[in-house]
Amino acid sequence: MSATTATASRRSSSLGDTIFATVAKLSGIFVLAVLGAIIAALVIGGSKAIIAFGPGFLTSDDWDPVHESFGALVPIFGTIVTAILALALAVPLAFGIAFYLTELAPKWLRRPVSTAIELLAAVPSIIYGMWGFFVIVPIMSQYVQPFVIDTIGEWPLIGPFFQGPPFGTGILTAALILAVMVIPFIAATMRDVFETVPAVYKESAYGVGCTTWEVMRSIVIPYTRASVVGGIMLGLGRALGETMAVTFVIGNTNRIASSLFGPGNTIASIVALEFPESETGSLKLSSLLALGLVLFMIAFIVLAISRTLLKPGLKA
Amino acid sequence: MSATMDQGHSFGGVQARAPIATDTTKISIENLDFFYNDRRALKNVGLLLPDRQVTGIIGPSGCGKSTLLRVLNRMYDLYPGQRATGRVMMEGENIISPDVDLNSLRARIGMVFQKPTPFPMTIYENIAFGVKLHEKLSKPRMDERVEWSLNRGALWGEVKDRLHTSAMGLSGGQQQRLCIARTIAVRPEVILLDEPTSALDPISTLKIEELIDELKNDFTIAIVTHNMQQAARCADQVAFFYLGEMVEVAPAAQLFTAPREKRTQDYVTGRFG
Amino acid sequence: MSATVPGPAKDMTAAVALGRRRMRVNTIVKVCCVTATAIGLILLASILFTLLVRGVGGLSLTVFTTSTLPPGSNGGLLNAIVGTLIQTVLGAAIGTPIGLMVGTYLAEYARDSALGNTVRFVSDILLSAPSILIGLFVYQLVVSPFGGFSGIAGCLALALIVIPIVVRTTEDMLTLIPSTLREAVIGLGAPKWKMIVLVCYRVARQGILTGILLAVARISGETAPLLFTSLGNLNWSLNLSKPMASLPVTIYQYAGSAFQDWVQLAWTGALLITAAVLAVNIAVRALLRGGK
Repeated sequence: MSATTATASRRSSSLGDTIFATVAKLSGIFVLAVLGAIIAALVIGGSKAIIAFGPGFLTSDDWDPVHESFGALVPIFGTIVTAILALALAVPLAFGIAFYLTELAPKWLRRPVSTAIELLAAVPSIIYGMWGFFVIVPIMSQYVQPFVIDTIGEWPLIGPFFQGPPFGTGILTAALILAVMVIPFIAATMRDVFETVPAVYKESAYGVGCTTWEVMRSIVIPYTRASVVGGIMLGLGRALGETMAVTFVIGNTNRIASSLFGPGNTIASIVALEFPESETGSLKLSSLLALGLVLFMIAFIVLAISRTLLKPGLKA
Repeated sequence: MSATMDQGHSFGGVQARAPIATDTTKISIENLDFFYNDRRALKNVGLLLPDRQVTGIIGPSGCGKSTLLRVLNRMYDLYPGQRATGRVMMEGENIISPDVDLNSLRARIGMVFQKPTPFPMTIYENIAFGVKLHEKLSKPRMDERVEWSLNRGALWGEVKDRLHTSAMGLSGGQQQRLCIARTIAVRPEVILLDEPTSALDPISTLKIEELIDELKNDFTIAIVTHNMQQAARCADQVAFFYLGEMVEVAPAAQLFTAPREKRTQDYVTGRFG
Repeated sequence: MSATVPGPAKDMTAAVALGRRRMRVNTIVKVCCVTATAIGLILLASILFTLLVRGVGGLSLTVFTTSTLPPGSNGGLLNAIVGTLIQTVLGAAIGTPIGLMVGTYLAEYARDSALGNTVRFVSDILLSAPSILIGLFVYQLVVSPFGGFSGIAGCLALALIVIPIVVRTTEDMLTLIPSTLREAVIGLGAPKWKMIVLVCYRVARQGILTGILLAVARISGETAPLLFTSLGNLNWSLNLSKPMASLPVTIYQYAGSAFQDWVQLAWTGALLITAAVLAVNIAVRALLRGGK
């Protein structure tokens, strides 16, 4: 412990601190750089298409490789419609699951059921695609669609949305698969959010004679509203960008179908399908990258809202 | 210091320091102010810690007594917005000056916390951890050091057969003695104890008090406590803090029986606090 | 005076009727919730059942010993399995240290700083960003300038997916460590970096490991980011600068083909990858439970 070694170890320890802190900070900055680079790469890659078509890119429903005329309207429409429909199907189910897991299920059943729902989120999306294509599509075309076409399809107003040939694939099937995929995300977030409600609040509501549902409706939901919406937006973010499962079942047609049974496409699915067939430097490739940019912006906005609404610590 | 170390009579690399005849001051605190952002938590504090004596620090919650300990080994440096002004002199060096090397300062002034803080490692590794930060010892020397510090921490007999099991398996009182031993192992000159027994049962508390009594032969000790009996039992001198001020310091017997200040009188007789 | 004070409901019949209605609503909601949960479980069961029924038939040693071959020649999935292993391991190996450092930065250096909050926000966005965009990005960054699809491009795409997952778990786990433990380490005179590396990582080890394993499970099943990066390769290849096969991409190519044996291989591959992914997930949960 002579003076010199003490000084040396003092220097090395503060040097170690400086190096470690710098590396940590640079890693943090790297994450920001990745985001910037993703945006830059998509903007640069898509610039050719953006220059060629201008704002009309967003409103054109063309996708014509022969005449080199490309527009984003159909995939944007498909992306948004499938995602919204998926949420409409998934949110009630996810809410039911979360409610069951936090308030209704017997203690011994909570963990296994919770785990099962979480496993649903872990299944790779390509598996959902195959399952959708080989299991759900036949069920849709043989049973569900013929039945619906003959019943709801005859109704006024909403009838036209449920008509057309029962191929099994199409917008509705894609939304159905997406719903299955986002249910576990929304359910898990809701479950975690519901569990943050302090027990005293619930107990005092039970104390004045509320039923389980009344406690949920008047205590738990108001208390957690922002986070619940955040969880739903998180699911929406997932649904918007999902690729493989949608590609299998949506029918992949660049047309805005009048019926939910009709085929369509989404940004992710058209990129997945057309990208490998595009030549480097072509206008088509550039258009696909511009589509990627559009998807990025939509997803970014949705996810940013979700993160803002979700309280810290609940960012599943 | 290196000259005495090389003589080889040390145990675990530790040479008992020769007692210094005169009653010297180890740390002298002068005009110390401390701020949590804008809140002034210590006001113009002056206090002398005599070498190899126990200074007890008492006072109601929030009076600044724990803050004082956190100043002495610069724990407040971890948190932005906390700062100290004034002088805290130890051997001619102002330890709150910005250019003090914190790591070697903390090796000289060790701290034991309210709750036991065993690291998630074996008992042996817990002790060796601090030593390795400051010294390079061979395996046998390290073994000696571990045994020495566990002995000083009054824990050796209880753990010598399970040195290589996790420290998390020890009881609360044992964990706290392990933390004391871990602090001793670094061979500090000063040991700061921040309510070291408040989380422990009476028997563990008694053991720690006996240990403190034993340790003051070699170390300068400052102990913050809520328990006035404990201060009376352990401390040579006791300082009473109130609302960030050092109200009175006196030998333990005097402070509890014949305080000079009315506020001290009120506190020790239980009129507030 | 007592007449003016509202007492308990006097009209008991109305109260009973109302109570009965409330109970009925409660029961209906409960039934709906149980049904919703049952639907969720049935969906999982249906997926697993489908995979088993269609996948098990194709399981044979050939699957693991032979590479993909033209239809009708009794090929296997060896190159795809090895390709997935290589890309997953390398992707995790590249992404984990970065994610670990970012998580450390957020938990230990930048809890409340503006830069830290921005990094945390962006990392959380990347956590849920569409993975196909990562594929497009790496295509633009690596594939297009360096002349072609390659295994290493696939690894990079997967690494970018790993980073935010590891960031999230690392930060969460480090934040759980009580400040008293940090102070105890610092109080011994340890520099901050030693406190982090020797003690904090040790405390958080299990949680961080969990995050890494979940990240590995996630990327091993990713298809979209590999389509434009490692592309897939029907031949045996360990060359990272050339296109590389992977299980998910092979499944994608085979499942949509017209050849019965290819479709069968796709199902077998799907069974394998799902079994692996779910096994890791279950193992991680068991690990966490055992640790607590």
